[in-house]
Amino acid sequence: MLLTVEDLHANYGTIEALHGISLHVAEGEIVTLIGANGAGKTTTLHSIMRLPPPEAPKTIKGDIKIQGESILAIPTHDVVRKLHVALVPEGRRIFGNLSVMENLTLATYARNRNDDLEQDLDQVFTLFPRLAERRKQRSELLSGGEQQMLAMGRALMSNCRFILLDEPSMGLAPLLMQELFKAMRQLNEHGMTILLVEQNARVALRFAHRGYVLDTGSIVAEGTSDLLLNDPEVKRAYLGG
Amino acid sequence: MFDGIIQNIFNALQWGSFYSLIALGYCLVYGVLLLINFAHGDVFMVGAYLAFFLATCLLGAGSLPHWLILALIVPLTMILTSLVGVAIERVAYRPLRRKGANKLYVVITALMCGLILEHANLAIFGASRRSFPTLVDQATINLAGLSVTNLKMAVIVVAFLVFILLELVISKTKIGMAMRAISYDRFAIPLMGIPPENIIVFTFALGSGLAGLAGLLFAMSYPVLDPYMGAMIGWKAFIAAVVGGIGEIRGALVGGFLLGFVEIMAVAFFPSTFRDLIAFTILLLILWKKPTGLFGVSRYQKI
Ligand SMILES: Nc1ncnc2c1ncn2[C@@H]1O[C@H](COP(=O)(O)OP(=O)(O)OP(=O)(O)O)[C@@H](O)[C@H]1O
Ligand SMILES: [Mg+2]
Repeated sequence: MLLTVEDLHANYGTIEALHGISLHVAEGEIVTLIGANGAGKTTTLHSIMRLPPPEAPKTIKGDIKIQGESILAIPTHDVVRKLHVALVPEGRRIFGNLSVMENLTLATYARNRNDDLEQDLDQVFTLFPRLAERRKQRSELLSGGEQQMLAMGRALMSNCRFILLDEPSMGLAPLLMQELFKAMRQLNEHGMTILLVEQNARVALRFAHRGYVLDTGSIVAEGTSDLLLNDPEVKRAYLGG
Repeated sequence: MFDGIIQNIFNALQWGSFYSLIALGYCLVYGVLLLINFAHGDVFMVGAYLAFFLATCLLGAGSLPHWLILALIVPLTMILTSLVGVAIERVAYRPLRRKGANKLYVVITALMCGLILEHANLAIFGASRRSFPTLVDQATINLAGLSVTNLKMAVIVVAFLVFILLELVISKTKIGMAMRAISYDRFAIPLMGIPPENIIVFTFALGSGLAGLAGLLFAMSYPVLDPYMGAMIGWKAFIAAVVGGIGEIRGALVGGFLLGFVEIMAVAFFPSTFRDLIAFTILLLILWKKPTGLFGVSRYQKI
């Protein structure tokens, strides 16, 4: 199993944001985590990335494993560099004062072998041709959709094989959203494992193989996408009837 | 008359070089940590003393030629001063950062670190002033009819070379990119596989190394050292950095030279006791008109 989360409790000071969730993602899968605002989706992803407080929980209990090995003692930069896991964070968080190209270059900072760098850059520019056109542009001047592409491109440049996406479709026009999902599909076909957090449950479930439904810190439903799309409870609460 | 003006311009450039070199250290650290490293002026003082001890040792060591001694103490002073800066970061700032301490406590800690450096110096070496040995014989060089001392010229040239190099590092290298990136958004740095602490250590090393270089150049130009020599010049360089727009390299440069010029011009036209009053008043007026500093953008709250 690529990722295993076991009975994870997460605390921000006194608030417990996750009350013992368990989930797993296998190599090559697309798994989605859906849930309402404040359900704990971002908390889950930030815990997996081992981000430090204040953006991630102060304390966690339970275990997080990558390929069977606990990663609780591993700092974020090593999760990225050594375990090849990447996060495209909520709100993109690109470096607005750097150019597009500099953002992409920075993500290669910690790569040990630089031989397939050009190839990865090609891949990013093939997936997102707009980035190639704007490579010299200061990135805070990109449109929201282009910024999202840059955030994804940046994750890809870190040489990841497992990518966590936190609401990538937020604020995107439907056409751009389709473009983005198409890119993710292509990545997955080339072997990328994806854990997708979305508020738009219908879109996410149609895209993913499996899903988990998170409700105020607990997983309340899980299964294949078809199963969840047809689950009366899920339909009522997350798919609008 | 004409020659007097030229001399004043060179003096202003020389003092501007000192201020700018020190201001860069405030600026770099602020850019990366949003911390005003109030110990930085005293790191400059430590640099001057390190240069003094290195020079005295090497002179005492026998018959090394002076140019060789100079060639040795420039890098050695910079490296040792870097280590002092990095040590302060490790011992004082990092633990507070880890514990998520309030900004105010970090600033107070920085002030205390500076005072500790001053008083450690005082306690260990006593209150007596030290005079820096002569390594380079003062000579006047002629540049297209303008005369200037070799040392003054060297200070100015070195400062400009440093800015060009620094600008290259910041704009072209990956570590420079990371420094700019971390000042924009700290959060995403580890997500790029970059250990943030490495960037912070590099920044302190760089800023302190430049303060060490400034200390050495200053000691060679004005060869009297005392434990408090970093306090006033440190404050002034800090103000210069803020006036330039702290966090911006160009700001530190322009702010430093601006202060140099204002001071020298004030002395040229008023009694010398008016110098600091006039200089600070002008800087205050600039900040009053443009609170973010000349090159600054108001992205972050500033202390
Ligand atoms: N940095 C933080 N400090 C303190 N509490 C936090 C922090 N981040 C999240 N929380 C709390 O933890 C709970 C889960 O938040 P989280 O951001 O994980 O939700 P989410 O599912 O990602 O929501 P959204 O869909 O709005 O992004 C919420 O109650 C939130 O208030
Ligand atoms: Mg969220």
